[in-house]
Amino acid sequence: MTMNDHVHIDEHRDDEGAKTGMWIFIFTELLLFGGLFIVYSVYRYLNPLAFHLAAHELSTFTGTINTVILLVSSMTIAMSISAIQYKNKKLTLILMGVTLFLAFLFLVNKYFEWSGKISHGIYPGSTILQEASRGEILFFGLYYTMTGLHALHIIIGMAFIGYVMRLVAKDKIQHDNFIILENSGLYWHLVDLIWIFLFPLFYLIT
Amino acid sequence: MSETVLQHNQVSYLEYQGRFKGLFAWIFSTDHKRIGLLYLYSMLVLFSVAATLGLLMKIELIAPGKTIMDAQTYNSFFTLHGITMIFLIVVPGLPAVFGNFFLPIMIGAKDVAFPKLNLLSWWIYILGALVVLSSQFIGDGPPDTGWTFYAPYSFRTGTNMLPAVTGAFILGFSSIATGLNFIVTIHRMRAPGMAWMKMPLFPWALYGTAWIQVLATPIVGVTLLMIVLERTLQIGFFDPALGGDPILYQHLFWIYSHPAVYIMILPAMGVISEIIPTFARKTIFGYKAIVVSTLAIAFVGYFVWGHHMFTSGMSGTALYTFSILTFLVAIPSAIKIFNWVATLHKASIDIQTPFLWALCFLFVFMIGGLSGMVLGALSANVHLHDTAFVVAHFHFIVFGGTGFAFFGALHYWYPKMFGRMYDKGWANIGLAIFFTGFNTLYLPMFYLGMIGMPRRYYDYVEEFHGPNIVSSFGAMLMIAGLIIIITNLIRSARKGEIAEADPWKGKTLEWSIASPPTLENFDEIPVVTKQPYDYE
Repeated sequence: MTMNDHVHIDEHRDDEGAKTGMWIFIFTELLLFGGLFIVYSVYRYLNPLAFHLAAHELSTFTGTINTVILLVSSMTIAMSISAIQYKNKKLTLILMGVTLFLAFLFLVNKYFEWSGKISHGIYPGSTILQEASRGEILFFGLYYTMTGLHALHIIIGMAFIGYVMRLVAKDKIQHDNFIILENSGLYWHLVDLIWIFLFPLFYLIT
Repeated sequence: MSETVLQHNQVSYLEYQGRFKGLFAWIFSTDHKRIGLLYLYSMLVLFSVAATLGLLMKIELIAPGKTIMDAQTYNSFFTLHGITMIFLIVVPGLPAVFGNFFLPIMIGAKDVAFPKLNLLSWWIYILGALVVLSSQFIGDGPPDTGWTFYAPYSFRTGTNMLPAVTGAFILGFSSIATGLNFIVTIHRMRAPGMAWMKMPLFPWALYGTAWIQVLATPIVGVTLLMIVLERTLQIGFFDPALGGDPILYQHLFWIYSHPAVYIMILPAMGVISEIIPTFARKTIFGYKAIVVSTLAIAFVGYFVWGHHMFTSGMSGTALYTFSILTFLVAIPSAIKIFNWVATLHKASIDIQTPFLWALCFLFVFMIGGLSGMVLGALSANVHLHDTAFVVAHFHFIVFGGTGFAFFGALHYWYPKMFGRMYDKGWANIGLAIFFTGFNTLYLPMFYLGMIGMPRRYYDYVEEFHGPNIVSSFGAMLMIAGLIIIITNLIRSARKGEIAEADPWKGKTLEWSIASPPTLENFDEIPVVTKQPYDYE
């Protein structure tokens, strides 16, 4: 045996460490949105009336539906982590599939919501918005940025979960080695949590 | 199996032949030591570029009026100089190079917690660097906003802002990945027996730094993202015409960028805390005080950002609060200075090149820190804001502090990294010239600032001519010193004398292993029983 065909460092496995890393990464994501929340609060404070009026343009119904969708998807991904611990591979895959489907549904809703706004001429740089008050410009600018950035996170989360599904299917993730699945679940909860803040800020506080 | 382990443990990390050969053996290596050197070489190239820009600016300022470049070129030079030096060299510098190389070794580990993420962060770094540099060659000309990208100019200027801002945004991910990796490494991978209070001070400094990297960088990330969206989609975050507030941009920018100053200086302090006890042959004075002050700096550093904005328009209460907090953050820094000096008291000092760098660090860092107090005082700040005084101050801290510590670290750990010793005579001559040049360059700028010379102009009135000649001469001297230092180091990597495993008689773990280290650092993970600087 020569030294060349020997993998140089023993595979270092540390689930606790991997989870710590994921949590720290989640802090950074929260702070990323935190910057936008600061901007939102400052401008809301400066333009209370315009923000109040602009919020009426958004459909609380769609927002509520999307909130329910995300909450349920968080539940299914959490259940898939339990399923893998019960060595039930099929159920794990089904629950993850449901999560992906719900995430997709969320994006479909978002698509119709955005395209509705755009067809009414409400988008950054549109002629209608240019004539609106400054507070309304800011409200919709923030609306598109924050929900857009959140939708991007949904897509990243979907890719992550899809990748983990492949690992489950190939038995790379099993009942005694499921930290990647757990981390993808953590990430998905984060995506959910951010929406829990976005929903009242844009749809409920009017 | 055990035979194989023994065999490849005898090969140094420089000679180890893995799956790839040649250049690929480096750029695809997940070995923390090779990644450290990848960063070192990348930074050396970028540093040469940015230092040359600095020299050209000083040549421009040798006489009033246009000397070698026009105003627009000068603006783009100080912008690129700033972006490169800050985002590509000083912020990532010490953690990425020496943190990667020595953190695992100093805590008795074989690698960092996530080696692949570590390699990825270097790739992201290179990508960010390329995007930043591309701003010079594509589009409508090099950016001219300065490294702070202040709104509203950053979205009104016709120059090529997008790549510069996007590049800085990308570099943030690299910084976060490194910080995250180090935190988990320190929490999970310390050798048996290495309690927190037995950890050497450089890892402690990296720990504080890593938390700042993780908790502050996302803010600048999202702020830069807002600049990008503002330029591309006309969302009015910071544009007064669209309802935005440019002052808010400054707040968000400095909420990151002031803690970033501590990302720069904390690891520098960590390096000095390693060098001083080694050459004083003495336990460091007040180990716990240094640890606590490291964490205190990291914490208080979050709440002082407003001192960059004393003249931007804030309430009186905010001004006083930021000013008093700025004075408070000086206390832990001063504690460290006292501890280092107290360590030297009655020590049998071995005067070697790294120690001289540490002494020079103390000198320039004191000047930098105290001039920071002058700027932290509200009344003085109004007079000195945006003058050459500020430029002198932060070069004393950022270049004088972090830069001196970087070169100190390089001379301290060089024999360990390359297994060879540099020519000490040339190293000392280089340092003497560099140090003289450095002070000749920046000290006159304090005076120039006080008599009212503004920063960021390619031209000035005749009254400022004399000190500017001195300063520009200092710049040339300093660059000459740098060339000697770097040439000596590059030459010695191949031709220097073979170094012993512990040439400085250091006590921390990195000196207990071979020079250069073997692939896995330790044959057996050490068990730590003593304090890190046990010279009794």
